[in-house]
Amino acid sequence: MTAQEIYTKLSGKFGDRILEFMEEGTQNPTIHIKPQGSLPIFEYLKSEETLQMDSLMNLAGHDPEAESDLVVIYHLHSTELDHYITLKTFTSRETPKVDSVATLYRTADWHEREAYDLFGIIFEGHPDLKRILMEEDWEGYPLRKDYVPAEFYRGMRIEKEK
Amino acid sequence: MGRLHAEEMVLNMGPQHPSTHGVLRLKLRTDGEIVSHIEPVIGYLHRSFEKHAENLEYQMVTPFTGRCDYLAAMGSEHGYAMAVEKLMGIELPERVEYLRVIFAELQRIASHLVAVGTFGLDVGAITPFIYCFRERELILDLFEMASGARLLYNFMWIGGLAHDVPPGFVEKTYEFLDAFEKNVAEYNQILTGNKIFIERTADIGVMTPEVAINYGVTGPPLRASGVNIDIRRTQPYSIYDRFEFDVPLGEGLQGTVGDSWDRYWVRVREMEESAKIVRQALDQLPVEGDVQSAIPKRIRPPQGEIYFRSENPRGELGYYIVSNGKNVPVRVKMRSPAFSNLSVINEIGQGFMISDVIAILGSLDIVLGEIDR
Repeated sequence: MTAQEIYTKLSGKFGDRILEFMEEGTQNPTIHIKPQGSLPIFEYLKSEETLQMDSLMNLAGHDPEAESDLVVIYHLHSTELDHYITLKTFTSRETPKVDSVATLYRTADWHEREAYDLFGIIFEGHPDLKRILMEEDWEGYPLRKDYVPAEFYRGMRIEKEK
Repeated sequence: MGRLHAEEMVLNMGPQHPSTHGVLRLKLRTDGEIVSHIEPVIGYLHRSFEKHAENLEYQMVTPFTGRCDYLAAMGSEHGYAMAVEKLMGIELPERVEYLRVIFAELQRIASHLVAVGTFGLDVGAITPFIYCFRERELILDLFEMASGARLLYNFMWIGGLAHDVPPGFVEKTYEFLDAFEKNVAEYNQILTGNKIFIERTADIGVMTPEVAINYGVTGPPLRASGVNIDIRRTQPYSIYDRFEFDVPLGEGLQGTVGDSWDRYWVRVREMEESAKIVRQALDQLPVEGDVQSAIPKRIRPPQGEIYFRSENPRGELGYYIVSNGKNVPVRVKMRSPAFSNLSVINEIGQGFMISDVIAILGSLDIVLGEIDR
């Protein structure tokens, strides 16, 4: 199934939760969706017979610029039917909340923890949302564009970049 | 006599433990010697690759990618270079494509040799490790001849290669292949059919296809579960559609499909297939061609983004790159194969002995450098 057809199918089913379809400016055709209530969309993508998106290849957080919304990108693949789709969702910088898909795709468990760790995106419904790469008591979210490292970490000075 | 109390105990395996292949900590919940829960604790080797990448020009990121998966630096560089090239729409000279495939496949053999050797080491077989490293040295010699480095190469530049190969390289590679194809029989003799090895690995840590796909497991562990997905075949990149090679799958010859022995066996056969590809690529290698002719003067991909995946020795290596039209990327996310491959260990390791967990971990062949990035 082509990305365009998947988009038509999804917007027929979920209406205004599916925002727009992007083919320009990306090598992977992308559907923008709303951050809240996204879990049923993924459940549908995975279980619907003509879609069967059983493999979540990648889940990435992204912060385009210092003032913008935060982004979560999902790259999906169907191992059975061999088609691809990318989903993207935007969430506000102050209260970044997105539905978790970790119960549906177990691989999302660690990927979501990573996005939480580095961007501070809260995945609602995640079974065990905690930092994964950084230390538990690290302050701030390092991959945010406006991130400023603390001066000290456990009494050790953090060197500033020149 | 009072009643015997069996209490659960938490056992820390690592961060410094010889069998963890790096700095990894496994928190085991054990009931006697049976493991009831495994929680991997990672991040000890986090070097903020993605943060660095956002402050470096595109071509300056290449050396960092090699340092993530240090056992397959050529593969990591290849994937990154191809992602940026696709974003920019660069067409490569034939000679570059062939040389890249040769290096990527030699790297796959070298990486699998470490995987197979250290896996043997984990379950108590020391000799195969020495044999594997003997062969790997020969590959590293070839890499040194071409790039000057033995572990971290910075060889695959965006749009080409750092150097053309020196005279005599092709002949030496043929020599290596001749020797290697015979030596694989040696590993089979001392390890593959070894009774102790089979006892330690067959039926241990069985991974079903559903679990593998759901956990995002890729590469040899996925194919050992019988799932026929090799990105070189299903979504061919570079010039992989020109070569004949088989995709080895797990068949459960010594136990169940998807057990630790199958994961080992898929790697051994993949080495043979890679050798086949290298031989074909050497046969077809164009003599003429400037390996730097397609390197752009200024690397400024147009505004846009890409998710590009390639088959690394450990599995699907994906790069998600966002460009805003400047010479520095906005975002480089590395989807590292071992990251997802490790996350499955709790699912497949429950109910086994502590010593089996070491065998399962060895069969997954992780590199902490790319898990923690």
